[in-house]
Amino acid sequence: MTKSLRWIGVAALALAPLMGMGEYPLHLLVLCLLWGFVYTSWAIMGRLGMVSLGHGGFFGIGAYGVVMGWNHFGLSPWLGLPIVLVSTAIVAFLIGYPCFRLKIVGHYFALVTLALSEIVRMIIVALRDQTGGSLGATPTTALADTSWSIVALQFSSKLVWFYIVLGVWLIGLWVWTRVDRSMARLALEAISQEEDAAASIGVNVTKVKLAVTMISALLTCIGGVLYAQYQLYINPETVSGIGISLQMVFGAIAGGLYVRLGPTVGAVFTLLLAEGLRLALGHQIHGLDTTIYGLLLVLFIIFMPKGILGAATQLWDRRRGAKALATAT
Amino acid sequence: MLALRNVSAGYGSFQALFDVSLDVNAGETVAVIGPNGAGKTTLLRVISRLIDVTAGELSMEGKSLGQVPAYEVIGHGIAHVPENRRLFPRLSVEDNLRMGAFLPAAREKYAERLARVYDLFPRMQERRSQPAGTLSGGEQQMCAIGRALMSGPKLLLLDEPSAGLAPVVVQSIFEVVKTMSAEGYTVLIVEQNIRQVLKVADRAYLLETGRIKSSGPSEELLGSDEIKRAYLGL
Amino acid sequence: MQIFDVFLLEAIVNGILLGGILALLALGLNLIFGVIDVVWICYAELIMIGMYAVYYLHNVYAWPLWLAFPACIAVVAVLGAVMHQLVIKPVLSAEPINQLLVTGGVLFLLQGVATLAFGVEFKNLGISLPTLQVGEMYLSFARLIAFVVALAGMIAVYVFLKRTYLGTAIRAISQDRSIMPLMGVNPNRIFLFTSALGGGLAGLAGCLLVLQYDIHPAIGLTFGPIIFLVCVLGGLGNMIGGFVAAFIFAQFISVGGYFFHLEWGYVIAFLFFIAVMFWRPQGLFGARS
Repeated sequence: MTKSLRWIGVAALALAPLMGMGEYPLHLLVLCLLWGFVYTSWAIMGRLGMVSLGHGGFFGIGAYGVVMGWNHFGLSPWLGLPIVLVSTAIVAFLIGYPCFRLKIVGHYFALVTLALSEIVRMIIVALRDQTGGSLGATPTTALADTSWSIVALQFSSKLVWFYIVLGVWLIGLWVWTRVDRSMARLALEAISQEEDAAASIGVNVTKVKLAVTMISALLTCIGGVLYAQYQLYINPETVSGIGISLQMVFGAIAGGLYVRLGPTVGAVFTLLLAEGLRLALGHQIHGLDTTIYGLLLVLFIIFMPKGILGAATQLWDRRRGAKALATAT
Repeated sequence: MLALRNVSAGYGSFQALFDVSLDVNAGETVAVIGPNGAGKTTLLRVISRLIDVTAGELSMEGKSLGQVPAYEVIGHGIAHVPENRRLFPRLSVEDNLRMGAFLPAAREKYAERLARVYDLFPRMQERRSQPAGTLSGGEQQMCAIGRALMSGPKLLLLDEPSAGLAPVVVQSIFEVVKTMSAEGYTVLIVEQNIRQVLKVADRAYLLETGRIKSSGPSEELLGSDEIKRAYLGL
Repeated sequence: MQIFDVFLLEAIVNGILLGGILALLALGLNLIFGVIDVVWICYAELIMIGMYAVYYLHNVYAWPLWLAFPACIAVVAVLGAVMHQLVIKPVLSAEPINQLLVTGGVLFLLQGVATLAFGVEFKNLGISLPTLQVGEMYLSFARLIAFVVALAGMIAVYVFLKRTYLGTAIRAISQDRSIMPLMGVNPNRIFLFTSALGGGLAGLAGCLLVLQYDIHPAIGLTFGPIIFLVCVLGGLGNMIGGFVAAFIFAQFISVGGYFFHLEWGYVIAFLFFIAVMFWRPQGLFGARS
């Protein structure tokens, strides 16, 4: 996609809601971009072979951190933000450093990170007097008399949220691109082939991995903050734990883990799937969405491990290559 | 007993064997010699069906092995002692030998064959409960050969049994091969140690870059210029 | 013993009983990983299916328990083998992480199917087992039985692995997969059998757990992560390590829950896990790769 085409696309996206979109489609759009951002932040790390099943932990720290700060201490989410970011960074370091230094990868790493998201969930539940436990929590509303409050980071207008989330989503893509273009990425691809060889040419493997992990964790944390402020309801199962961790992984993979817009496509896909099922079947048939979700995940991994966008780009490249060959000969 | 006719094989796009034909008759000890990278290990892996042939025929006692899956080869009486021994390091010596008798037919004869192996290799009996990975190189080789013998094979494939072993130990390994020869086992042995192996083999084939360059009785090959060339790589 | 609080002793004993069950759960997972080199993220969901199987057979079809239990074990064993053949085998040669993720898909699939089939209300077997009084301690009979059966199961598996040809082949294949055919072993058969065995152990665990807990399609999410932690703590794939780690972890849960509030026991255990990971990420008994 050429650069100008891309900017036109972004502009079109930015202007779309102004053309008169209903509340509900706008809500879906916001969620698409929000989850697209979250899945992209996971993918920054995931595509380099560091598959974490613990990003639910970072998401949860972000979500519960700011809501508890606001509800109990009147702390504006703007002030809560640095606190949760620092906490996330510490946790990411505590997990990442020993794992990377001792070359713990693959299954171990996935399971250790899974433990992490579960610990966050458990702590939230255990602190039920403060957090409301499994019943969840809502940020105390600042919108009783007004429709917007910057201090509380609450807005009743979905349009405002749309632009916030659009901006954050674009930033996420920008970070993805920067990591992609950086020496770090080349180094890490070398690492996933041959870690010792990479180390021998002076690449500080641990430092690079840690850096990417931090970036990914911090962005996910921001996603948690935004989610909490937008949805205005959080509970431990939906913002932390293995469920949401796997959801992020699935979203990124279904869309295409190695492509920039892949995770966003994944978000759109999973959202449309969930909504479609809800509209078709209503709330009566519990469990069908999870069943289909699981079935699709299995099928995707077996038959389309590069995801929708990945498979599409492969097809596109092959056609272009064939065409070029045809025109050349 | 074993017959290869015009066999070609390789790994993906890399062809390792070209038009190889050889025979091993019952009771013989046949050697395949040649320099590094000649395709000797590939040859044995083809016989064990770990690799597919791309052309040619492979048969044992007249029956074609072309479509047989790898895990059925031992049922045809072919036991393969792989390169580098490949024992199960954390299993005991006796468990390794037990694995050799996995075939249902072999399980019935387990006790008597185990006694035979301990007879042939007394040190294995001493070390029967030790993890195989703690054995010395020579002992591991004996254990590996013992493991192959547990299935009561008609044909024994030995892949470079002397590789990586000290000269003194190499000597004892070839003693073992000579003993088995004398006991009437049919052996196909692949080796880089040309001088030693030609002393225990009846016949030999010279394999160079995937092709059989010459063959004949051992004494003949020992004296030939071709061997001197292959041996020195000239 | 006046200084020694009897409730603490009770907590310790309960910890041991809990450890027994955790060790059984860890055994199945470690077996699968050690042999096939795949982590079944959905292991707890298999246990959940087992629990529903017992409930269904006993409460709906009025099967006696002594029939329902073996049937449950058989069902989950078959489920394990089928899962390997249909879902894991196709990705065995792909990236290891794909194998892990594909079982994540099965996790959701099983949860969804259970929800569709059994609904979201909590179900209970309805069997109330007595509480035993030992001195001044009160111990749940169900827990005691579970401990004894779990121990018996583990011993049976141990004997099987050590003394039989198939068991020896299972131990062998995790040490050198590619030469197995030379001994007449079809590796896929071993994987299928191991998957069935792992499934059977999950079924057994389900039988033991259904005596003590309510069933819900999502309960796998509550004890699943604990099983993984125990396995990683002991060194993934290391069956003895998992055994020891299970008891250590259970003590943290039990005693920690005694000193603080119940759930904090879990939190403390998890924090212990993180601490060990920081110091020794390969697990207490794991080997560095």
